[in-house]
Amino acid sequence: MVTVPTGLLAGESPAAPILAVTGLGKNFGERVVLQDVSFQIAKGEVVVVIGPSGCGKSTLLRCLNGLEKADAGQVRLDGQDLCQGQIKWSLVRQRIGMVFQSYDLFPHLTVKENLLLGPLRAQRRRRVEALAQAEELLDRVGLLDRAESYPRQLSGGQKQRVAIIRALCMNPEIILFDEVTAALDPEMVAEVLEVMLGLAQQGMTMLIVTHEMDFARGVADRVIFLDAGVVVEESPPDIFFTAAKSERVRRFLDRRRYERRLKTVG
Amino acid sequence: MLASAVSVFTAGDNLWRLLTGLGVAMQIALLAVFFSLLLGIPLGVVMTSRRRVLFLAARLYLDAWRIVPVLVWLFIFYFELGRILGIHIDAWLVSVLVFSLWGAAEMSDIVRGAITSLPAGQVESGRALGLSNWQLQRYVIMPQVVRRLTPAAVNLVTRLIKTTSLVVLIGVVEVLKVGQQIIENSERNVPSASFWVYGLIFILYFIVCYPISRLSRYLERRWVG
Ligand SMILES: Nc1ncnc2c1ncn2[C@@H]1O[C@H](COP(=O)(O)OP(=O)(O)OP(=O)(O)O)[C@@H](O)[C@H]1O
Ligand SMILES: [Mg+2]
Repeated sequence: MVTVPTGLLAGESPAAPILAVTGLGKNFGERVVLQDVSFQIAKGEVVVVIGPSGCGKSTLLRCLNGLEKADAGQVRLDGQDLCQGQIKWSLVRQRIGMVFQSYDLFPHLTVKENLLLGPLRAQRRRRVEALAQAEELLDRVGLLDRAESYPRQLSGGQKQRVAIIRALCMNPEIILFDEVTAALDPEMVAEVLEVMLGLAQQGMTMLIVTHEMDFARGVADRVIFLDAGVVVEESPPDIFFTAAKSERVRRFLDRRRYERRLKTVG
Repeated sequence: MLASAVSVFTAGDNLWRLLTGLGVAMQIALLAVFFSLLLGIPLGVVMTSRRRVLFLAARLYLDAWRIVPVLVWLFIFYFELGRILGIHIDAWLVSVLVFSLWGAAEMSDIVRGAITSLPAGQVESGRALGLSNWQLQRYVIMPQVVRRLTPAAVNLVTRLIKTTSLVVLIGVVEVLKVGQQIIENSERNVPSASFWVYGLIFILYFIVCYPISRLSRYLERRWVG
């Protein structure tokens, strides 16, 4: 008799996952938006979620940090069940960062104040220490000289870089990105993606929803394809982008390539 | 000519009486502003509530004050309320009451507008940062709501001040009433008295309201722009 460690069954990653999602379901009224979604993310892993518009990508991310309440299934963060009993979401959210498509910086606060609000108020950290970290991160994304600016004085790309390091300032265990470049002018997309690539190289654990296929291929350890609220395929990027098992994925990718060609021609 | 104009105001203690009249109007207006804020802010919060009954009640209240002219409300409260209750209610008290209730209605709509105009993303990104409900209100929502409602609220103050001139019609002796008395007394000697008196009243209201409306415009540029 050979006993297989349960963790290695069914293609699970060998390290204990930071985030484990099992059988997640979500309805809006009659409408089923997520159905039996399961996947895991190990520490330092980058997982990209791809899928057509309206397939439930944002809803999936929002269920993970409690902005939406899941109707079925389980979400475990470092082993802690987030769907059972009384969850203090404000504490959980300090460990799961989230960056939105529309930046959502606080317009009445300067860049520096935006970065410090969470660390000082939610985490009650010491100002000198939090400020040192905020300035170091600002410097890393080339925005140290904008510390005293207000969000309205920044370009879209700059705002999104600030939003990313605002999440980083909380020292989260994982960060969720919901189409963070979708609202940007094309020339600003690269500067934001670069920041994210840098984070991936430093070993940040990330769950990324994106429509940028080249970026997804470059940054992902694994790609999840979501269609109509169901995980259709989960595979490493090389396989996903060249030899996907699912017909649905191949059609989706072909269509994307076709659209892109039209764009470059037109 | 100018000398006769001056005589209108120096006769008796006319100028002092006019200023006292203005004081009465300002007193009513300031009390009304105070109660408008006190009642209007919670009422505005109620109007953003998803509870149908609460919302409808607040909405009905606002519409009642919008549809019926303030002057009619003054008459209703002054003549009818006293009769129904079987007591005489002082015209000054009625004025404060009516302008407070009207101001509260208008204020509630301003507050409602400021709260609902806040993008949903602000609440969500605050939550996603791990702020508690209280911290979210205190550091994200309230500062922005206050900035958004201040220009309109300041505007409401000037409207309240100007509209208090209606209380003359239920017999409150304020600046306009004093003015009319002065005109009656001095018209025989100075035929142009009404010009000078109303002219001065115009200037007095201007002196009070202009800085306030400038403040409103300044805040608008500073905070909203
Ligand atoms: N609050 C809500 N109430 C009702 N239906 C909703 C709500 N939020 C989302 N939906 C619906 O759920 C489905 C999934 O929405 P979701 O925003 O998760 O999709 P998405 O994959 O992120 O799409 P996109 O690529 O356009 O961002 C959509 O059909 C949407 O209309
Ligand atoms: Mg989405």
